[in-house]
Amino acid sequence: MPETTNIIIAGVGGQGVLLISSVLARAALLAGHDVKTNEVHGMAQRGGSVVAEVRYGTKVFSPLVEPETANLIASLEEIEALRYAHYLAPDGLAVVSQTQLVPTTVSSGGAHYPPDSRERLKRVFPNLRSLDLVQAAKEVGNPKAGNMVLLGVISTLLAIPPDRWEEAIETSVNSKFLDLNRRAFALGREKGRE
Amino acid sequence: MPLKREILSGNEAIARGAWEAGATFASGYPGTPSTEILENAVKYPELYCEWAPNEKVAFEAAAGASLGGSRSFATMKHVGLNVAADPLMTFSYIGAVGGFVAVVADDPGMHSSQNEQDTRQYARFAKIPILEPSDAQEAKDFMKFAFMISEKYNTPVILRSTTRVSHARSLVTLAEREEHPRAGFHKDPPRYVPIPAWGRKMRVKIEERLHSMRSRSEATDLNRIEEGTDELGIVTCGIAYQYVKEVFPTASILKLGWTYPFPDSLIHRFAGKVKRLLVVEELDDFVEEHIRSLGIPCDGRNLIPGIGEISPERLRQVRARLEGGEFDLATPVQESIDLPARPPVLCPGCPHRGVFTALHHFDVVVTGDIGCYSLGVLPPLDRLDTIICMGGGISMAHGLAKSGEKKNVVGMVGDSTFFHSGITGLLNVAVNQSKVVILVLDNRTTAMTGHQDHPGTGRTLKGENTVAVSIEAMSKSAGIDQVFTVNPYNLEELAKTFTAAFAASGPSVIVTRAPCPLAQKKTLGPVNVINQEKCVKCLACLRVGCPAVEATGGKPHINPTLCAGCGICRQTCRVGAISG
Repeated sequence: MPETTNIIIAGVGGQGVLLISSVLARAALLAGHDVKTNEVHGMAQRGGSVVAEVRYGTKVFSPLVEPETANLIASLEEIEALRYAHYLAPDGLAVVSQTQLVPTTVSSGGAHYPPDSRERLKRVFPNLRSLDLVQAAKEVGNPKAGNMVLLGVISTLLAIPPDRWEEAIETSVNSKFLDLNRRAFALGREKGRE
Repeated sequence: MPLKREILSGNEAIARGAWEAGATFASGYPGTPSTEILENAVKYPELYCEWAPNEKVAFEAAAGASLGGSRSFATMKHVGLNVAADPLMTFSYIGAVGGFVAVVADDPGMHSSQNEQDTRQYARFAKIPILEPSDAQEAKDFMKFAFMISEKYNTPVILRSTTRVSHARSLVTLAEREEHPRAGFHKDPPRYVPIPAWGRKMRVKIEERLHSMRSRSEATDLNRIEEGTDELGIVTCGIAYQYVKEVFPTASILKLGWTYPFPDSLIHRFAGKVKRLLVVEELDDFVEEHIRSLGIPCDGRNLIPGIGEISPERLRQVRARLEGGEFDLATPVQESIDLPARPPVLCPGCPHRGVFTALHHFDVVVTGDIGCYSLGVLPPLDRLDTIICMGGGISMAHGLAKSGEKKNVVGMVGDSTFFHSGITGLLNVAVNQSKVVILVLDNRTTAMTGHQDHPGTGRTLKGENTVAVSIEAMSKSAGIDQVFTVNPYNLEELAKTFTAAFAASGPSVIVTRAPCPLAQKKTLGPVNVINQEKCVKCLACLRVGCPAVEATGGKPHINPTLCAGCGICRQTCRVGAISG
């Protein structure tokens, strides 16, 4: 493992990117690491691209992940993963939901959504896990739980013990949705181990 | 008891620091990246917090609390300090009694702002100290330190955050609260009233205050030398410090946490230790210019342009250049260069969409304002022509119309910004009688910053019910006769009202009122569906710019998971192909 683990989580405003980064940061803290995250708030959240960065290790200075250093890129949407491809470290991993959200720049006719997005993902991410998170979230009973399924998958790729993840979820998630989020996370772990 | 550690954002840490310092009063106006400070501060019951109509009011309210001996603070974004600049400049003369901190969050790179401003210039302008934390721990610690020096030197203090300090999260060691009971107001007009005779005395005191603070800033932990190689010394502050630590692990560093008044002796001592001096700071060359004025040669702006954010990557390029090499900035991979942009857009179900859609039928000039409706400038809505600042749309519409513009002029404002600084512009419209249409897009909240209450919502930051100020009643009491209230989801009603307002001989106010569906967290009606057999592919429904209305291969369809059921697209369909 490198001294600092660098993770990028991408998606679209409203998909729950920030919850992933917040649980991930807490799990890293509980596992005894120094941790920093960076988030985007405000204007960009209105249906725009959203990215969060998490860095943990012995001592972390900058909250920003530099290009070509991300050990893991996780994305809730296909082209949002492509957008950050140049942040991937040479041996980095990628976990991407097979979700395609069409931006208004496309629906208003000015741009087009690449029809070969999945092929492109395979080309730019040598270590790619492509997952149908929308279907997975339906399995746990809520189409909006895809973010926690993704977190479950991520958790199997990082050296943070399982009980730390459970504690991190308990302390970060609204108690009303705790059961749902736990189930989504567990399903993600199953998928991660497949 | 073991010290508790938490992961906090810079904004959460600032709130915590104020609470630990025994603060009892806080006021502010929402603005990215500062908003979450008060939203977190209000969670501490010992600390009274309120949203003010604007930053000037927030600043003055906190200044009043300070004169009563309470530790108080005001929060705002960088452009908010422009609004509060008037009290800032003279409160510096009067000075704080209970500790007073203006917490100002800058937005280098303009993530959510209309300009870039370096708040440190205001500290020098107002002759008061400024502190620059580099992470959440410092944000908390510096907040406490700010209250302390504010009381010791009877000065307002600015705590400057930036987007990457406010919104980055990192570990913070928590402490208990220290109580600071308020001393009460003691009558002392020569101290609190800057009429010229007394103001001139205050003016002298300010210079003396700067002088004594300078010797204190030389000897504080906030300004420290981190010993490294003598080949390169770097003077840095704020978030840039963290990037310097990543990119120049062996350099000697002078970390400035208390930037102004500048610690001159410390700077001289540091510069004397190293062969080459580099200044790394975000936005203006505030520190660099001063170092040069001390007669010390240094690198800075010549290597790092003062536009936008600094990043570790940009510093790697600087390092390569200093070492006589090259460093190529990473460029997006081939597979991502033609990706469609995903700019922020009005949400599905946004009531503003109806207003912009209805305005498409009128050839008018629209002077706009800061808020979600700023997004109405982008295609396909494209129905907004100017923006300067909050409330500016009303006053600019007046000036444009009065100066002879032939087209009808619409001044746009939001509900929160109407109270922020739209009212004074409206008074001008009424008294000097311009033939403009003032459009108040009232969605019952301050939406863009994440749904904060304002004087029109009938609720306080603490969640208590209060009076709800009426925009219509205020407009009428200003002497504007034509005041309309319309439903922004009804395009026909909007068009009729616009026509009536443009035909009127004097000014009119149209309030388009519907609550932000994102704040309400509920859908407005059944999901709409396009009947593909009836659809004539005119694509009029795409002109509403709704994320839920998509088109593939020239055929429009509605994404059922995104549709909020507002029915605006349905009203634009001439053949009745959309139903819900």
